[in-house]
Amino acid sequence: MTADAATLAAIATNRFGFGARPGELLAARSDPRGWILQTLRHPYRPPDELAGLASGQELLAAFLAVRAERAAERRAGGRAGAGTTAAPAGLDTVRERLLPHYVAQAAARCRVAIASDTSFRERLVHFWSNHFAVSIDKPICLGLAGALENEAIRPYIDGRFEDLLYAVETHPAMITYLDNQRSMGLHSDLGQRVARRAPEAAQGRTGLNENLAREILELHTLGVDGGYSQADVTSFAAVITGWSIGGGEGRFAAGEPGAFVFRDALHEPGARVVLGRRYAEGGMAQGRAVLRDLAAHPSTARHLAKKLARHFVADDPPAELIERLTRAYMVHDGHLPAVYEALVRADLAWRSEAYKYKQPCEFIYSTLRALDVAPREPRPLLGSFEALGQRHWSPGSPAGWPDSAADWDGADALMQRIQWSVALGERVGDAHPALDTAEAALGPLATAHTRTALERAASGSQAIALLLMSPEFQRR
Amino acid sequence: MRTRRDFLAAGAQLSLGALLVQALPGVSFAALPGAGPFVVVILRGALDGLSAVPPFGDPDYRNARGPIAIARPGEPNGALDLDGFFGLHPSMPLLHGRYQAGELLVVHATASAYRERSHFDGQNVLENGGEHPSGSASGWLNRALGALPGRGIDGLALGQNVPLILRGPVPVGSWAPSALPEVEPELIARLRDLYSDDPTLAARLDAATRMDALAGEESASGAMGGAMTGAATRAPGSGGIGRLKTIAETAGRMIAAPGGPRIAVLDAQGWDTHAGEGGAAGQLAGRLGGLDQVLDALRSGLGTEWQRTAVLVCTEFGRTVQVNGTGGTDHGTGSAAFLLGGAVRGGRVLADWPGLGERHRYQGRDLMPTADLRSFAKGILRDHVGVPEARLADVFPDSAQVSVARDLLRG
Repeated sequence: MTADAATLAAIATNRFGFGARPGELLAARSDPRGWILQTLRHPYRPPDELAGLASGQELLAAFLAVRAERAAERRAGGRAGAGTTAAPAGLDTVRERLLPHYVAQAAARCRVAIASDTSFRERLVHFWSNHFAVSIDKPICLGLAGALENEAIRPYIDGRFEDLLYAVETHPAMITYLDNQRSMGLHSDLGQRVARRAPEAAQGRTGLNENLAREILELHTLGVDGGYSQADVTSFAAVITGWSIGGGEGRFAAGEPGAFVFRDALHEPGARVVLGRRYAEGGMAQGRAVLRDLAAHPSTARHLAKKLARHFVADDPPAELIERLTRAYMVHDGHLPAVYEALVRADLAWRSEAYKYKQPCEFIYSTLRALDVAPREPRPLLGSFEALGQRHWSPGSPAGWPDSAADWDGADALMQRIQWSVALGERVGDAHPALDTAEAALGPLATAHTRTALERAASGSQAIALLLMSPEFQRR
Repeated sequence: MRTRRDFLAAGAQLSLGALLVQALPGVSFAALPGAGPFVVVILRGALDGLSAVPPFGDPDYRNARGPIAIARPGEPNGALDLDGFFGLHPSMPLLHGRYQAGELLVVHATASAYRERSHFDGQNVLENGGEHPSGSASGWLNRALGALPGRGIDGLALGQNVPLILRGPVPVGSWAPSALPEVEPELIARLRDLYSDDPTLAARLDAATRMDALAGEESASGAMGGAMTGAATRAPGSGGIGRLKTIAETAGRMIAAPGGPRIAVLDAQGWDTHAGEGGAAGQLAGRLGGLDQVLDALRSGLGTEWQRTAVLVCTEFGRTVQVNGTGGTDHGTGSAAFLLGGAVRGGRVLADWPGLGERHRYQGRDLMPTADLRSFAKGILRDHVGVPEARLADVFPDSAQVSVARDLLRG
């Protein structure tokens, strides 16, 4: 509990940041807590590495354009063979056009994470991006997931949760990932029109899609045990009908292509009750009011507090720590820096035992930071994340990547890390004396056992592999 | 209209709760020495059982499903007939072949103990084998392994990491194709020494080296993009089925090898069809077609060992009976499951069919579950894997009311 200054500096850089770069242990030593918190003292400015990336709106517009081209081709090609293709048309073209954007985004994200001297802030960006996960397994989200992080998360992580929540839920990435763009009230203008004109065609085209509403309640705000019911899900889904994107096909063409739009014609009219509170009709404002109340709800405070504590401190974080963060959230009206500060100031977060097994991305970032290596070519760099099982923005579900050792410490996963470390060791070779690197990255956390193993290694490159695979480098 | 068929004989738990708990020990003990391999395939995201196994004979089916309904057998793009009431989705011809060979048992209107609609809680319940999402940090397959005499590494997760269903005190292996070069044994020895004070990492390293030895040359044959070698990144979303087929086929060989694992788990994602689900063609059809091939790859990897194998394909819950406003289906309750393999007494559909009319549905919206998935799992564990009946209560706690399904296997 009463660790010395050098140990506290090593914890500050490894547990709260993405791992120590050369010199950071010294920089953090005089005031480890202050070293962490100063990363949030400056107003937000986008990192230089992100300059020149296409916006989410541009990328979504490109996707919609491919889809429209394909639809036109199908119409021109007549009815021959219609409806029998197994794969949705145009997917290859979508990949071809959007993959370079994804690669550029992911590479930029890595460069920031590797080079950042404010890596606590950067870790928070990744934490929130994963909290509001959008997975590129869904073709439309290739490129959008990175845009969501840069546009709706980065600028909001040091403000109030309510604003972060609103920015995310109205970003085209989230709207399309969770299928809200065509969710339609049965009594909306459009719903009524379809039902009147072609009742037989209405099935599957009118009515709610409850995906976004459910995941906002379950994953983004209250948490699964946060006290909502199926009726709340359905009601909230009706509230956010009309939250859509511009430039779709047919009836959904209006609006700037790829941008968020509120489509009044889809919106289920009338007052709704969500979590026992009545929300008067108000178009877009009705949904915004529900989000505001969700952000202020004690279940949300607890849910977020627990996730933060789990991410930074331990898979099964101490109840006292969760309580402390929950209180900070409630007392400060969801002002996130107050919650971060409560975390950093808590002694429970500084225990010298490392409880967190690094996720693959943390392992890669901390390695490249320790070795001060920033690969220039994006594709081999991104291949590393893929090989170790954590391709950027692809958790495969809206729950995001899991955050416990049991999710990441499979036998084969360990073998992949070993193989990767060996390959990397062979690349950097003797340029990085492993003992010096261990001292600069781990300081007093490097055990005598590990130091001996490094001294006795058969080669410089083998020593690097052993350092990276040592128990103390695998945890934080 | 109701298709009870062999249901009573199977002894699965009825919604009526009318069945007596089967007290007879069955044939399990005699079967122990020759116990066969058991593979569980988890379809994450909630499989639409009403499309995978369309009940075309139900008078409400076509109406409820509208644009995503699968046509009757014999009609264009129609279902592959199973028993005149249920069919198989037309994109699964290989699986249909297994049915005709008597190696596929289809279970319908089934669910775990979970009755809410969160994927993640639903998967937790499916995997921890209890009644509550956070009830246990170990999975029922690991506890089943704990009830067997150990022979080394008996459990294998197909993937880099181990899903909850196989986690627990019994050490298990994991395996996935690697794009990275193999490591010299000399370095492994040094790491063994480095991990001598770290039992967790030591156990993982041990399991990894054993699984690599079993997989043999397959470990280098992965179709992944090269890491550190400059190869292009695999196009996201494109490599899913090909990779799974490679994994399934290798898994079959690992299981069939002498000293291979007796229990394995394979995950397949992407079943959450909220929008644009499609009918005979489209999104779900593509997924099911892929699953059809993955299961066949497993069979071909197993070779003759297929004859001694049972495979359970299951999901965390089903989807709404009614199509939603975006041509898809939302989270539901009852779904379908498959039990296949040469050891399975197949060619049958087990279903206490509740009907699809609104008043027959669970909460007016979902397929009513009438059979507890644990019943079939228990039956397989006892009669196929060789878990003593007395230990089933550890494997599935709080499930005394869930009977052990009988006669799932060839005699």
